[in-house]
Amino acid sequence: MTGVDSGTARIEQRFNKLASENRAGFVTYVMAGDPDLDTAAAILEGLPAAGADVIELGVPFTDPMADGPAIQLSGLRALKAGVTLRRVLDMVRQFRKKNTETPLVLMGYYNPIYSFGPQAFLTEAKDAGVDGMIIVDLPPEEDAELCLPTLDAGLSFIRLATPTTDDKRLPRVLSNTSGFVYYVSITGITGAAIPDLSQVTGAVERLKHHTALPVAVGFGIKTPEQAAVIGRAADGAVVGSALVTTIAENIDDDGKAKNGLVDALLSQVQGLADGVHNARAGR
Amino acid sequence: MTNVSELPNTYRAGPDEDGRFGIYGGRFVAETLMPLILELEAAYDKAKTDPEYQAELTHFNTHYAGRPSPLYLAERLTNHLGGAKIYFKRDELNHTGSHKINNCIGQILLARRMGKTRIIAETGAGQHGVAAATVAARFGLPCTVYMGAVDIERQQPNVFRMKLLGAEVVPVTSGSCTLKDAMNEALRDWVTNVDSTFYIIGTVAGPHPYPEMVRDFQSVIGNEAREQMREAEGRLPDSLVACIGGGSNAMGLFHPFLDDENVEIFGVEAAGRGVETGEHAASLTAGRPGVLHGNRTYLLQDDDGQILEAHSISAGLDYPGIGPEHSWLKDSGRANYVSITDDEALEAFQLCSKIEGIIPALEPAHALAHVMKIAPERSPDHIVLMNMCGRGDKDIFTVAEALGVQI
Repeated sequence: MTGVDSGTARIEQRFNKLASENRAGFVTYVMAGDPDLDTAAAILEGLPAAGADVIELGVPFTDPMADGPAIQLSGLRALKAGVTLRRVLDMVRQFRKKNTETPLVLMGYYNPIYSFGPQAFLTEAKDAGVDGMIIVDLPPEEDAELCLPTLDAGLSFIRLATPTTDDKRLPRVLSNTSGFVYYVSITGITGAAIPDLSQVTGAVERLKHHTALPVAVGFGIKTPEQAAVIGRAADGAVVGSALVTTIAENIDDDGKAKNGLVDALLSQVQGLADGVHNARAGR
Repeated sequence: MTNVSELPNTYRAGPDEDGRFGIYGGRFVAETLMPLILELEAAYDKAKTDPEYQAELTHFNTHYAGRPSPLYLAERLTNHLGGAKIYFKRDELNHTGSHKINNCIGQILLARRMGKTRIIAETGAGQHGVAAATVAARFGLPCTVYMGAVDIERQQPNVFRMKLLGAEVVPVTSGSCTLKDAMNEALRDWVTNVDSTFYIIGTVAGPHPYPEMVRDFQSVIGNEAREQMREAEGRLPDSLVACIGGGSNAMGLFHPFLDDENVEIFGVEAAGRGVETGEHAASLTAGRPGVLHGNRTYLLQDDDGQILEAHSISAGLDYPGIGPEHSWLKDSGRANYVSITDDEALEAFQLCSKIEGIIPALEPAHALAHVMKIAPERSPDHIVLMNMCGRGDKDIFTVAEALGVQI
């Protein structure tokens, strides 16, 4: 295989490679357009070299009902910077000119896509080089909306599984999905608390009984040490709130990026990535 | 549940098994909430056919809320407007001063059956927050109410009432600091405290089964009104008028009449400073379908699908969405949706106070303003029934300020 696969195949290829190297993947979440379009594009471009194996690119929404304060504020900064769904797609298109190997999935809420028109969106997203999406407010009960058309288009529809998803419900959650499964390690909003790591290990094992897909675990990881523990138990560790908090700490009162923001963020990513990547070596 | 599309002869069969009214409604929530929503749906399905639950509901409606609320012929207003005969359904006389108590009693009885130990609610004007805090006090459950910081500012009396009732009122400072943001915050609380907590949603919106459940609890308004109108006039009214924020009082009045095709129905949205100014809350008049807070419905949104801030002098109508069943009724043409500006509502507020001795809440003042438009055009044998869904004590400071009066 060459590096030109796209969509679900690009995600599969990446996780296969990680498995063959016996290491977990580092999945980074950043909000498109936070704190502004140019800075966000520079961050995006730098993520793979800093150690991101998979990129989740947040699509801002005014009413992010499952997100904590850090990502809410990140979304508001992006909206203030003029980000629209079309501009998010343009950003992906630019990214793909330089990188064809790192899977990129969009994460957000349904209404901007519904407003764009799901079919038109899928056509443009695929063309731009998006490989999949995580849409927080589309549970399996609403699969006809976007999930099934996404799979038909050859892109991944990545599902969130949570501690409230019991064994009876898991088969439904894990149907009509591809790419990887995103396990939300604590109940609640993003970035709210530190996960209980032994519970995470148990939960990953529980998911593995129901799916052959890679399992990435997120919500609450802040340090390389935490990332390392997740990296031992799961196929991927997702970090989001900790990264957008770094952005918040590196902007001035007018919301403009301070000098060094991109470097600060990418070096944080590097540290976390090392934690994930060396997790199994230390086992 | 019966599929809506299979029964073209009724408007009362929805929602279907997916929680849809046509394309509207549904369950657009995070996976964390899905098991809870399904659990709630199962519990409600069981409760609604359980005679014990229904008896309990009737008991508290009668002895705690004070139902049935009277049907009142507004004689002086009828004479003043010089046209149709105007009746008020007096839901402002309920315990806590609005129709919101009808729904809160139903939901807290359900919460108890489900073994939940903590209540949360969102509120705009504070009427639903007060009603939720009231039933939580009555049943000895801790209650947290999320309220936009802007609304807290303009509804101080209700904030104090909630605190007296023992509720914790949490100011919401995200987004526009009003009802929609309070709902986001309540949903976040629920996602975080799934095991213990019951979320009492105050209107006919949110994920299935809330729109259906809240409608059922509020339908006591329309069911009573049918009987009372038959007794008073020997027939059904010709027109129904109710204000709409999320749309619960309106749905409660309308639903029992939906299949009476000779009854014309008006839902009145808040036009704020005028629909043409962009500063309004008229989602059916000026919005388009979208997905927010668990359901698909008409929303105020920009070209990119971002939700716009609503505006109304009435905090209870200040919401950029609308219950999904109203969206379906609009598209099907069964109900008419109109809008009334802040100024028109203020005028109706004052008129009703002066000539009927009833200080209405600013919310039903919108409905009344529409009655003032249509009544003079109708003949004296035309009967208009308006839902007086709340009393205006809470609004006197807002109205004084709008009229430039210092109190």
